[in-house]
Amino acid sequence: MPKTSNDAFFWGLFSAGGTVAAILVPIHLFLFALAFPLGWLQEPTYSTLMDIVRLPLVRVYLFVLCALPLFHWAHRFRFTLYDGLQIKHLNEAIFVGCYGSAIVGTAVAGWLLWTI
Amino acid sequence: MDTHPTNPLPHYTEYHPRWYRQRVSTYWWLGSWPYVRFILRELSSLAVAFFVALTLAQIYALGQGAQVYAELQEWLRQPVVLALNVVVLLFAVFHTLTWFAAAPKAMAVRMRGKRVPEWAVAAPHYAAWMAASAFVTWFLLRG
Amino acid sequence: MAETITLDVTRYSPEHDHKPVLQLFEVPLRPEWVILDALNYIKDKVDGSLTFRWSCRMGVCGSCGMMVNGEPKLTCATFLHKYEGRAVRVEPLRYFPVVRDLVTEISDFMRKLKRAKPWLIRRTEKPLAEGEYLQTPEQLDTYKQFSMCINCTLCYAACPVYGLDSEFIGPAALALAQRYNLDSRDQGAEERMLTLAHPDGVWGCTFVGECTSVCPKHVDPAGAIQQYKLKAAMHWVKSLLKPGG
Repeated sequence: MPKTSNDAFFWGLFSAGGTVAAILVPIHLFLFALAFPLGWLQEPTYSTLMDIVRLPLVRVYLFVLCALPLFHWAHRFRFTLYDGLQIKHLNEAIFVGCYGSAIVGTAVAGWLLWTI
Repeated sequence: MDTHPTNPLPHYTEYHPRWYRQRVSTYWWLGSWPYVRFILRELSSLAVAFFVALTLAQIYALGQGAQVYAELQEWLRQPVVLALNVVVLLFAVFHTLTWFAAAPKAMAVRMRGKRVPEWAVAAPHYAAWMAASAFVTWFLLRG
Repeated sequence: MAETITLDVTRYSPEHDHKPVLQLFEVPLRPEWVILDALNYIKDKVDGSLTFRWSCRMGVCGSCGMMVNGEPKLTCATFLHKYEGRAVRVEPLRYFPVVRDLVTEISDFMRKLKRAKPWLIRRTEKPLAEGEYLQTPEQLDTYKQFSMCINCTLCYAACPVYGLDSEFIGPAALALAQRYNLDSRDQGAEERMLTLAHPDGVWGCTFVGECTSVCPKHVDPAGAIQQYKLKAAMHWVKSLLKPGG
């Protein structure tokens, strides 16, 4: 089989992240950034949230919820910079900046969810 | 005329017309509504990244204790922050809607030799969205 | 209906112009006329030097593509009366160099089309004695839509990635490659892969989707490209699991 471009890998991450974001981000945002602060719905107490976030399955869920959408953003933003700002000649810097940030964010998420 | 048995054609310079090349403007994306919608869709990825940052901040605050978490909650109640989050939520929903419109295009699903219509491929996505949202809400509210 | 309509047409003569200018023409507004009829009227009766491409005048040859009020259109398939009440701006197709007036230089597209290898590739030829390659209607249906392309390059004029990146192979070439990849008689998918699964191939596409919107033959090149991306991504994963092929 011929060896083809690694862009396939980044596109795959972009797709997975986009799907996770499409399905889960709206409700999470609605609850934590609007409904709970504004009191539209009963906010879970601090101790309840701590109990929930410490569940192993929830740690994994939150990790995926943070990591994959970050790579979705990285890939999409990389191409937005190419086309929107027409700075494709800064190819390498953009590549490292975008995916690098996603890797850092993923590492932060991993560390936070491991240690909480 | 400069003719010769081995060079029967007269000497002349080939004419090549100067092509005009229009440079694409930095504001090409303002040129039509489809282009504007496209760039807005692409910018929705910033809303997604913002959500991740917010979520990580919340997890960090949880780990720092009830006081710190309460301070974060207070920050989220500031009118400016609320307004920002409304915009972010709108972009997040925009991402969802455009994503579900795009996904069927990438999947040429065929059943019994005929192509499944796009709405039929999009429908399970919407169902999953509704189901996941209901589940997350229930899970967080049951206490 | 009004008697006449104004056309604002791009003029560019490389002999003495540095850049194109727009020239106004008043043409009759006949209910059955298309933009191409108006252009031919100008060439016949007003200014014989107006230069443009056309051929079949019925939407199958792909020659008469131009920008009409900023949108890529086949001028033989666009009715004049739709623009009644306003000026009609006719310009050469976007994102291609302009040779003269409304004529674009499309050899970049022709080169890229060739790279897609839009012909049946066989690893093993069937001997003549075994007869024709048979194909069921279902097999035909998998690629038929992509075979309707008339190489009119309207999709290239609609694609901002093609406009911004001179290396991008472009919608029609990618859709036609996929047309042959999906053809049951073809054995060339692997051969086309290096061209398609490449940053200048499908990975350069950001799914703006305008190519599909403007296509006069409803080829849906954007769909072809996204389908290929999915296939290429799955192939990439498989190639990871089988190192060495």
